[in-house]
Amino acid sequence: MGLDDRRLSDEGLAPEGRGRIRLIACGALAHEILALKRANGWDHLDLQCLPAKLHLRPEKIVEAVEAAVRAAEGPVFVVYADCGTGGALERTCRDLGVEMVEGPHCYSFFEGNAAFAARADEEFTAFYLTDFLVRQFEAFVWRPMGLDRHPELRDMYFGHYTKLVYQAQTEDPALDAKAEDCARRLGLAYERRFTGYGDLAPRLAALGR
Amino acid sequence: MADDEEIILSELDDEELVLQMHDDLYDGMKDEIEEGVNILIERGWTPYDVLTKALVSGMTIVGNDFRDGILFVPEVLLAANAMKAGMTILKPLLVETGAPRMGKMVIGTVKGDIHDIGKNLVAMMMEGAGFEVVDLGINNPVEKYLEALETEKPDILGMSALLTTTMPYMKVVIDTMKEKGVRDDYIVLVGGAPLNEEFGRAIGADAYCRDAAVAVETAKVQVARRHNRPNA
Repeated sequence: MGLDDRRLSDEGLAPEGRGRIRLIACGALAHEILALKRANGWDHLDLQCLPAKLHLRPEKIVEAVEAAVRAAEGPVFVVYADCGTGGALERTCRDLGVEMVEGPHCYSFFEGNAAFAARADEEFTAFYLTDFLVRQFEAFVWRPMGLDRHPELRDMYFGHYTKLVYQAQTEDPALDAKAEDCARRLGLAYERRFTGYGDLAPRLAALGR
Repeated sequence: MADDEEIILSELDDEELVLQMHDDLYDGMKDEIEEGVNILIERGWTPYDVLTKALVSGMTIVGNDFRDGILFVPEVLLAANAMKAGMTILKPLLVETGAPRMGKMVIGTVKGDIHDIGKNLVAMMMEGAGFEVVDLGINNPVEKYLEALETEKPDILGMSALLTTTMPYMKVVIDTMKEKGVRDDYIVLVGGAPLNEEFGRAIGADAYCRDAAVAVETAKVQVARRHNRPNA
């Protein structure tokens, strides 16, 4: 069954109710987690996604994750990084006795947290997009920033950025072309970097069966 | 229809014009704000009154509605652009005519961070409240902060960060100030989306400021408290 990105953004994804470990994840990671599940036969993982649009107000992520963890039965793993919560999500997960993905955000763990941190000094002027964010560029970047209505704001947001890095989880020429167009619209240089699933794959594999 | 009739700003009396300017600021109408400022000045208003009664109070409404989730970042930016246009007219006049001086602030975004929207809003609202602001811009290493403190001798140091990965650098700056024995010479205010009060306390700042309005109020209180100290 195909996944509807708009639904992942606005509503999330309900768990199937099969699988010993409940994954409570950001909707922006649904495609990647399901691809890993299929490829590895991880039937013990039951994916539940919260709306990806929570990222537009990161302060709401913590309470949404906490509510989902409390409502879940059995073991839970949280597939969020810090995601702009300033350490609050990590503290909450610790208090709830559940583990989460390490790293500041998905751009970091897709690239590999160590590699991402090593590049920080030379790449802090990069704006990152993942497969999901390229597909949902209008919903997560263009419209929330008001650039559809007020293009003159672009340089207030992006004036200090120098390039857009498309971290590709999959080989998809159409997404590559769209990402390059996103860079053009933001007035940034373009770089495509294939990352695959980065640290996400070993972290989910470590959950055991 | 009456709603479609164009409002001629110069035909409004002072009270109506100020209220209309609040609306125009709310709607980010830069040209109308510039026109309104010029009209009030021509009518003999002091630049300080135009700044506080027309611009700052209008922007306070914008800030409150942003805080309450009624307005969002794009609308706040448009309003800020409109206010900035008005302030550009007023600034030289304020220098000529004088205005109450509340104190001086050095402000900048920390090393490794290029985000400045919130920082710029704080700087603008602090100027609107009568503070002299020295803006260091983005990506500031500790040396740049220390140099500015030495040369500018401000009352307040403001630091901003948008990223979870860059906000710990604020502690580097504060710890270095402690090492140099100058920490208590300044009020240190911090802000940025991923921060909170607990973080502000943990790194040794004087206060965490949730938004520009809170920054202004906190700055006023802290400066007044400091001036009341016997050895300040």
